[in-house]
Amino acid sequence: MTLILAEMAYWQETSIRLLVGLAAVLLPAGTLVYLFLFKMMSFMQSRLGPMEAGPYGSMQLLAEVGKFLQKEDLVPRAADRIVFKLAPFVVLISTFLLVLVIPAGPDLWFIDVDTGIFLALAVSSISVIGILMAGWASASKYSLMGALRATGQLIAYELPLVLAVVGVVIQAGTLNVQNIVMAQATGEIFGYGGIGNPFIFTQFVGFAIFLIAVQAELTQPPFDMPVAESELVTGYLTEYSGLRFLMFFIGEFATAGIFSALAATLFLGGWYVPGLDPTDGLFNVIGPAVLFAKMLLVAFLIFWFRFTYPRFREDQLQKLAWKVLIPLSLINIVITGVLKVVF
Amino acid sequence: MSDFLRSWLTLVLFGGLAVLIVGALLGLSSLIRPQRQTEQKGMIYESGVDPQGDMWSQSNIRYYVFALMFVLFDVEAVFIFPWATRLEAYGVFGLVEMAIFIFILALGLAYAWRKGLLRWV
Repeated sequence: MTLILAEMAYWQETSIRLLVGLAAVLLPAGTLVYLFLFKMMSFMQSRLGPMEAGPYGSMQLLAEVGKFLQKEDLVPRAADRIVFKLAPFVVLISTFLLVLVIPAGPDLWFIDVDTGIFLALAVSSISVIGILMAGWASASKYSLMGALRATGQLIAYELPLVLAVVGVVIQAGTLNVQNIVMAQATGEIFGYGGIGNPFIFTQFVGFAIFLIAVQAELTQPPFDMPVAESELVTGYLTEYSGLRFLMFFIGEFATAGIFSALAATLFLGGWYVPGLDPTDGLFNVIGPAVLFAKMLLVAFLIFWFRFTYPRFREDQLQKLAWKVLIPLSLINIVITGVLKVVF
Repeated sequence: MSDFLRSWLTLVLFGGLAVLIVGALLGLSSLIRPQRQTEQKGMIYESGVDPQGDMWSQSNIRYYVFALMFVLFDVEAVFIFPWATRLEAYGVFGLVEMAIFIFILALGLAYAWRKGLLRWV
């Protein structure tokens, strides 16, 4: 793979990266929707889920896209038309750019920048602007309220998300995502190097905080007050219909997939399998599959929480972020720093 | 062009591609979807009754204090990241410095907590 990439011109290499990147956003999103939203949720609720479109309903998502393509695109008369139409793009761009920092093998990466994980965190917070645009431009009370709630929630949970990553950065000593994977592959847990050092063992608190914050960033139950259908008629999505609604929907699940992959990369060792040499060319072949498997594992946790917990109250949500998660992650940083210097 | 700039160019191109794909999908949709705008369809949804009052009505933004605190802590995070990457080189000195920094910030959080600003009002 290295040889093939090295021989190619920049534009050829980049075209391949862009197309693979596109697949890396859309395929996990589709898989998550089918596997977890359609099937796992159904089985947990003692029903079959979609069964008609394709074997076991596996083509259901394509059928849905076909349906949404034919739906009328309604824009409220009072709405701020340009902002209303731009908002889904802003949310989607934030999702798409996020995938670029995740490496799938020693030589399989989209962009290899030294500020990788910082870039991911910065890009992920752009979606707040898109949501606020959507809510404001709709000129609807439900939308505005939903957007304000979403903003309050997203900024509150972005802090635990960022601070949980600091623990990983301290242990790895780098912001480059590829090097973070390498640090886990070659690391040692208090002198024992048999399985490397997947940071889930030494950063378990960070992993837990990261997962909770991701759940809130996705506005999924139990943190779905911004899109609470029984109170706000799906909040900032109220006035969206047809394809633009689908764009928000795809954005949510693509983000779920990418954040799962990010959590797998930061805490579970990414494309690395314990016991093998991380510079082995073999990982350029099996790396994507390993990463995908780990991503599904993390996504399973996220969706399990989604289907089994009831919705929080708004004040409970803010309390959890500011009074529990942020102090906890600050303590986590200090303890990780002390341990790093002592050992 | 250096590899550094090329990585960022890839980022920009990918963003462009995302817009292009979604735009193409919307264009395709505009060819096959119906367009029959009526008076009722242009109204916003308000639980089935006619919408009342100004749509951009004033609402109580309860989170503005949280927004201020967010700025505070986000700036803090920007300072913590470079320190976190170089901790090995700084050793005990860096640790004590950052402990003081985090302590002062935690003090700010404790102050806001004590003042009742973290409570839902």
